[in-house]
Parts: sequence; structure tokens; C-alpha cells
Amino acid sequence: MYFQFGVPLALAVIGVGMMALMFGLQKLLAPNNPYPRKLTPYECGEPPTGPAWINFNVRFYLIALIFVIFEVEVAFVYPVATVYLDWVKRGRGLYVLSEILLFLGILFVGLIYVWVKHDLEWLKKVPE
Amino acid sequence: MPLLNTLPEYVLTTKTDEMLNWMRKSSLWYMLFGLACCAIELMHTGGPRADIDRFGAAPRASARQSDLMIVAGTLTLKMALRTRLLYDQMPDPKYVISMGSCSNCGGLFQLAYSVCDGVDKILPVDVYVPGCPPRPEALTEGLLKLQEKIMTERWLTKQSNGHGELVSEA
Repeated sequence: MYFQFGVPLALAVIGVGMMALMFGLQKLLAPNNPYPRKLTPYECGEPPTGPAWINFNVRFYLIALIFVIFEVEVAFVYPVATVYLDWVKRGRGLYVLSEILLFLGILFVGLIYVWVKHDLEWLKKVPE
Repeated sequence: MPLLNTLPEYVLTTKTDEMLNWMRKSSLWYMLFGLACCAIELMHTGGPRADIDRFGAAPRASARQSDLMIVAGTLTLKMALRTRLLYDQMPDPKYVISMGSCSNCGGLFQLAYSVCDGVDKILPVDVYVPGCPPRPEALTEGLLKLQEKIMTERWLTKQSNGHGELVSEA
């Protein structure tokens, strides 16, 4: 009656069984020999200095976000500039120009937003 | 609860040992660790002509994933501390091939003030490969010798022959 569930059941049993077998075997057979020097962080052989969980200035995150605006702008505008003359010769220059201006406009709105939010300044004032 | 060095010598345990050894010798991942000119020969050994990939030895970039450390080149005293740390950070079981005269005994530079005369002063070495530098064929031979040595190890049985013991903190 429920034979149509046989295959998924077999799959589940084999899957769970294989996992149990593998993890069980490695628990039984693998050498487990931790000692303090082995557990030190891997730093290409250098003795690690200080903890790995250090505070990173959150302003670098903002700079990375702003960088994305300009970087994407260059990456997309440059190919258009290289083929722009061909498009002008084909009579579709205005179309391409409006497209790229629209793109630049969207990015410019982002820049204005950053500017208004005072994120271009390194020292920010806390709003009162 | 690992079963290491706990069982009497039955057929099952010795066969399991053999299986473990066979699997270990067939996947000796070596750490990419070149100290001097021997590293060029080490690279050639991993290259298509000597190709120790066919013996299961693949280069790994991290000590955490390696079973084998091939000390290829002049071991300076400054590097000796790092080498020992890298060796400590490798997971057990781990093996060391000392490649070339410099890491065997200091070689050409053994009178220099900055050179550690032999890697066996800081690490337990399994196989010494002579040469300055050894050809890729020589290193391949060293790897095969190490595989032979691995096949003699005993893990589960109590009668350990001294090879299958874990390295404790020195």
C-alpha cells in the first residue's frame, strides 16, 4: 500500500546509516591528539600576535560602499565609451547617450544621498 | 573514544591497521613548504614529468590539511622556530621528509652562523633524501620509502613498533 514510499525510506536509511558509519568509524580509528601549540591559529608559521577578533573601524565599511558607486560607474561607462562612435555612425547615438545618462543619474542620486548624510566627511558629528 | 593502542593482535585489528596504513600512504598530502633551491626540485616533483600525484601526494597550502612535511632546503635558525610551529600545527599522523643535504645536515652552509645543521634537530624525520639538490626521481624514491614505512605502522594493536605513536609536545 505504501510501497511508493519505499525508495525515499531506503534513501533516508542509507543516508543516515552512512553518516553514522563514517562519523562513528572516524571517532574510533582517528588519532585525537590536541596540544596547545597545535591549537594555535595558523599564521603561516608566524607566532600569532593578539586576538583575531579585533574591532575594525566601521567608517571603512562606508568608504567601501561609496567606492562601489564610482567603481561600477567606471566599469560600465568605459565599455560604452569605446563603442560609442560605432553607435553614432549607426544613428543611435542619442539612444545610447540617454541610456548612459540615466545610469549616471541613478548613481548621482546615490552620491547626493551620501553627501547629504555627511558620509563623505571622515569626522562625523553625532546628530543631536 | 579512540581505539588506538588498546586491542590485542587479532586478524581483524591487523587488517584494520593495514587498511588505515594503505589509506594514509595513498593520500600523502604534502605541505607546500620550500625553503631554498630544493623547492625548485620539489615543484618539479609535483609537475607533470615526475608527477607524484600518481602516488596520491597532492600539494596543500595549509599545515592544517597536510600529512607530510617535505623540508626542502636550508633551514636557518630563524626559520627553524617557524618550521617547528608549522609541524606542531599539522594534524596527526604526520610525517617528515628531509630533502637535500642542507636539511639533512646543514650541507654546504653548515659552518654558517645562521644555519640549523639538520632538520632532525627540531623535528622527527622519517626519510632523508640525499642530494644537492635531489632530482625529482630521488624525492619520488623518498616518498615511496615513506610509503613503505607507513605500511609497517601499527595503530590499533598494543604492540606498537614505535612508528605508530603520536607526537607529543616537545
